[in-house]
Amino acid sequence: MALTLTREKAQPAIVLRSPGYWQGVLARLSRDRIAMIALIVVALLILMAILAPYLAPDDPTRGSLARRLKPLGTPGHVLGTDELGRDMLSRLIWGARLSLVMGVVPVPVAFVLGSAIGIIAGYAGGLTNSIIMRTVDVFYAFPSVLLAVALSGTLGSGLTNALVSLTVVFIPQIARVAESVTTQVHRLDYVEAARASGAGSLAIVRVHILGNVLAPIFVFSTSLISVSMILAAGLSFLGLGVRPPDAEWGLMLNTLRTAIYINPTIAALPGVMIFITSIAFNLFSDGLRNAMDVKT
Amino acid sequence: MLAYAFKRLLHVIPVAFGVSIVCFLLLHIAPGDPLAAILPADATAELQAQMRALYGLDRPLVIQYLLWLLRALHGDLGLSIATGRPVTREILGAMVNSFILAGVATLIGFSLGSLLGFLAGLYRGSWIDRLASSIAMLGVSVPHYWLGIVLVIIFSVELNWLPATGGGTDGSGGRALDWSYLRFLVLPALTMSVIPMGIIARTIRSLVAEVLAQDFVQALAAKGLMPRQILRHVIRNAAPTAISVMGLQLGYLLGGSILIETVFSWPGTGFLLNNAIFTRDLPMLQGTILILALFFVIMNVLVDIVQSAIDPRIQRN
Repeated sequence: MALTLTREKAQPAIVLRSPGYWQGVLARLSRDRIAMIALIVVALLILMAILAPYLAPDDPTRGSLARRLKPLGTPGHVLGTDELGRDMLSRLIWGARLSLVMGVVPVPVAFVLGSAIGIIAGYAGGLTNSIIMRTVDVFYAFPSVLLAVALSGTLGSGLTNALVSLTVVFIPQIARVAESVTTQVHRLDYVEAARASGAGSLAIVRVHILGNVLAPIFVFSTSLISVSMILAAGLSFLGLGVRPPDAEWGLMLNTLRTAIYINPTIAALPGVMIFITSIAFNLFSDGLRNAMDVKT
Repeated sequence: MLAYAFKRLLHVIPVAFGVSIVCFLLLHIAPGDPLAAILPADATAELQAQMRALYGLDRPLVIQYLLWLLRALHGDLGLSIATGRPVTREILGAMVNSFILAGVATLIGFSLGSLLGFLAGLYRGSWIDRLASSIAMLGVSVPHYWLGIVLVIIFSVELNWLPATGGGTDGSGGRALDWSYLRFLVLPALTMSVIPMGIIARTIRSLVAEVLAQDFVQALAAKGLMPRQILRHVIRNAAPTAISVMGLQLGYLLGGSILIETVFSWPGTGFLLNNAIFTRDLPMLQGTILILALFFVIMNVLVDIVQSAIDPRIQRN
């Protein structure tokens, strides 16, 4: 185990499910106080994003130059106003929508595509495996931030381009985990037995492989959401994500940078939201990993 | 050992080729005409065709790639559209600055992270563990560019102790080992060190716990060894992995330095990359990404080779 930490050798252990496995996971998870609090925070953030039109006291895009950079606690603007006089509380609430979409969506998309690529490579083995995995290796050879910036930097700013870039960043990471667990399961006796008794490839993958490999891939993927949140907001912070005047936490952090000398507290607020979201997802994914007893 | 190192290096070649192909294709997925930035808007079709031929853009893609690769192998990554200077020279200058920043950040992160990780692993389950693990958790969750802004607010805006942005001696771009240079380094290096700190602390915590759970440690304790002497064994067992994680982190920090360098206007490769993106300086963009990615690939191999050299448990096959 001490040897498995270089990136190439990371091999998550597979879990063989027994009946009642998921009940056990749920029971363990619900006893994990920290994970439950994290889950509630995530749920509240999502609720805030959905209910933004009802929760926000003001229009997030309507500003007034007469009330620029008002401090915290200004009557009518509890969290003050930004550099264009827009209500900060409203912008933070509305910002949850784009920030969560940008940060979360790439992970499930990459989960589906990466798992498919990894499972096909792991199941097929041989030359197919080599071709697929060497291609994956090339994209894996870029540090995540660099690849995301390179792609969205050349494609240009915008929500779609940012989502595409982030998805491309996570696909190879997930595919590698998927390939490694599939290769392990593939070698197990019962898969051999199923093949000997005449089961087709599709049936073997569906019945015997998927059930055993999805859990570790899923846990690994949830651990990526926090990274994705930070990266997505980072792209917007660099001006590569959504464009003004959209409310998005990373972009708000960027446009408020000039305000640090006038009203530093306001300038730091959007980052607090990114931080809270990222911690919540990280703590929940840690809890999930313990509950599912998967080592990744 | 040498045979292993050689084999490992051979494996790099296809990956490096793949990386170069991706970097080459970046120019071609970019929307718009690559010549649009240098041609006047009213250029005639004839002039456009001439320029296209001059830059080789009229040839098949494969030929273009091979020619580009051949020049790149000779250290020629073209001219920056924004400054007109050779891309390679600009990148190498910036690389030194980035390396200094990432290196110092890795060292700080490694020292703090090891300390936290050891304490957490040794006193597993106690309040020390909970405190150290919480700090590590905050370290891996914090949006570091935001932390940078917060540090600037505290130490530059409010306390006025350190400069908010810039680099070099008194911000001039020069380098010297004195306060006029180092004061620019403090905030970005501290900000950047938070990521490796969290990751290394979490890695070492689980390593230490794992080593402590092994039979030989119990045997040592039964033999009557003092806890301090046992600790020596724990460190020896955990060190190779910890060092390899540190090497990888250095590679990550160099490749991902764009956010921190943008916050602090630190004159490194990330800052260069950011400028290249917003001036649409495609040769500069391509060159920077290529060099940073290749550096990361090489760093990965070096880490593997070093780890296998210092850790006798690794089979070299």
